[in-house]
Amino acid sequence: MALLVAHELTCIKSDRELFSALSFAVDAGQVLHLHGPNGAGKTSLLRILVGLSQPYGGQVLFNGQPINQHSEYNSQMIYLGHKAGLSPHLSALENLHYWQQQQAIPATVDLMNLLEKLGLVGLEEVPVGHLSAGQQRRVALARLWLKPAKLWILDEPFTALDTSAIELVQTQIEQHVKAAGSVLLTSHQALSLSIEVHNLRLDYQW
Amino acid sequence: MVMQQLSAIFKRDMLLAFRQRSELLQPILFFVLVIALFPLGVGPGPELLQKMGAGVIWIATLLSALLGLERLFRDDFADGSLEQQMLSDCPLSLYALIKMFSHWLVSIVPVLVVSPLLAVFLNLTVDMYWALVLTLLIGSPLLSLIGGIGVALTVGLRKGGVLLSLLLLPLFVPLLIFATAAVDAAALQLPNTGQLALLAALLLLALGLAPLATAYALKVSQS
Amino acid sequence: MWKWLHPYAKTEKVYGLCQTLLPWFALPALLCLTTGLIWGLAFAPADYQQGDAARIMYIHVPSAILSMSTYAAMAIAALVGMVWQIRTADMAVAAIAPVGAIMTFIALFTGAVWGKPMWGTWWVWDARLTSELILLFMYLGVMALYHAFDDKQQGAKAAGVLALVGVINLPIIHYSVEWWNTLHQGASLMKLGKPSIEADMLWPLLLSLLGFVLTIATLVMLTLQNEIIRRELHRPWVQKLAQGKS
Repeated sequence: MALLVAHELTCIKSDRELFSALSFAVDAGQVLHLHGPNGAGKTSLLRILVGLSQPYGGQVLFNGQPINQHSEYNSQMIYLGHKAGLSPHLSALENLHYWQQQQAIPATVDLMNLLEKLGLVGLEEVPVGHLSAGQQRRVALARLWLKPAKLWILDEPFTALDTSAIELVQTQIEQHVKAAGSVLLTSHQALSLSIEVHNLRLDYQW
Repeated sequence: MVMQQLSAIFKRDMLLAFRQRSELLQPILFFVLVIALFPLGVGPGPELLQKMGAGVIWIATLLSALLGLERLFRDDFADGSLEQQMLSDCPLSLYALIKMFSHWLVSIVPVLVVSPLLAVFLNLTVDMYWALVLTLLIGSPLLSLIGGIGVALTVGLRKGGVLLSLLLLPLFVPLLIFATAAVDAAALQLPNTGQLALLAALLLLALGLAPLATAYALKVSQS
Repeated sequence: MWKWLHPYAKTEKVYGLCQTLLPWFALPALLCLTTGLIWGLAFAPADYQQGDAARIMYIHVPSAILSMSTYAAMAIAALVGMVWQIRTADMAVAAIAPVGAIMTFIALFTGAVWGKPMWGTWWVWDARLTSELILLFMYLGVMALYHAFDDKQQGAKAAGVLALVGVINLPIIHYSVEWWNTLHQGASLMKLGKPSIEADMLWPLLLSLLGFVLTIATLVMLTLQNEIIRRELHRPWVQKLAQGKS
């Protein structure tokens, strides 16, 4: 059974129709790579799928239930958008700790070890605003290790990352998918995953 | 569970306020400065100043509150914390309420702290001063509550500052009227419990409705 | 129960509805307004105290009464848009606001003109003039908020929230201002029991009130049609409409 189903989604932004009657499904243990030129509505689609925006028409189902009626959708899903969700005045440690509390995740993971793994040794206490764009992205992506969620929705996760970090994230995606998790992501880069990647193309509409 | 989430939001807000404490001081300095300008503008006559005192202080409070209000959701919106907040199980209206409370604590309570200075500046009597403190205590949370709705509506706009004042100032009219009337009544040695009770009623109404309206407005801004 | 509303979430439907209703509002509006105003301004008896100056009430009173009710209508549209997520209701909020603002402006302007011979000054901080002034600012706030958004759908929703917050505040503002200053003459039309206004003056007043109601409805429908066309310019049905007419 499909984990996430988009049923006849229509989105109108600034009085322009981005896509209409768009239907697709993401199964458990599947990676779906969303392609499309700038302005085609990829980000708008992802924001509708996580429930931040409302579609003009159609609905999104998680485990067969509309997401706004599903009580566990938020705890089963990780969304990483363009904005990192990190306060520039707080350190990486403080930001991630706050996120754990906000999402009500039990603090089982050792944050120091995790930040070390992500190549942020010695930067744990530095305000995030002082880190480079790539380092900030690494802090944001640390969430993939923190929250046990079935569905990951990632908007351009690889921007500003160097090759070693991209590899690290891709390995994490592979592991997640092997454990029957699902990933929906946008990226202008080609993925180099050892597992099968499904593709979905969104075209620019006038 | 929700209580833990809420206390985390509150602690984070306090920490952020502490890290940005210089920015917090600015509205208070502005407030004192506006009040200091009035005697320069209308003349230093003690009786005139006393007569105008309550109105001047409350108008200055409104204006300085408007300066500080933008901070309420701006940072969380800009850095994406708000998105993540909306994807958690914590009700958005409670998040808004906590944010408003911490905003009141760090931006408006300092006004209360400097208020004795104003009493001296504007030649207020002791009765007037205590009435003023009471109106500030009861009335000023309304600034954060009603202000929060306006901020939530304009947070996604690039230039929301002036627009925010245009939206909010008309809504603050009853607050201004009842608060200054309470102080004026105290100046004439009349009872002012009626005015204070009206302020308290407005506060309760806003306490019930403003978080819900703010949560809805945040969703609109985020979509 | 509310199923009948749903077809009107479609912009074409609302556009068509406005098109059919327009003549039924526009013509009676013109008729009532002209007869009411000519009757009131030229034939009705002059006020025994205020003389001919009081004739301005045939414009002032309807616009003042309706400026408030138009705000209520806007808030109802906002509520419908919010509860049932109907896009056209949000559009209606944006369409009603400028019409209401104009009504409020007319009420303020005629109030000031009336005030000159009565009070000897253009402006006094009288309770009702003051709440009209604040009402004007609230209309302008709704309009400014709507126009500040690039995405007009988002802007219309935001304006709707503001209109609803405003409608809760409006009575509070009204009574606080009234309490702050009660200087204006009592509301003679609204008094229960024996009306203190002569029938010769009441009829033209009611007629022009009706004329104002119909005019507001006409203007709102025209603005709403404009709004729909402007927002849906690229939609097939609008293009078909444009080609059909040209």
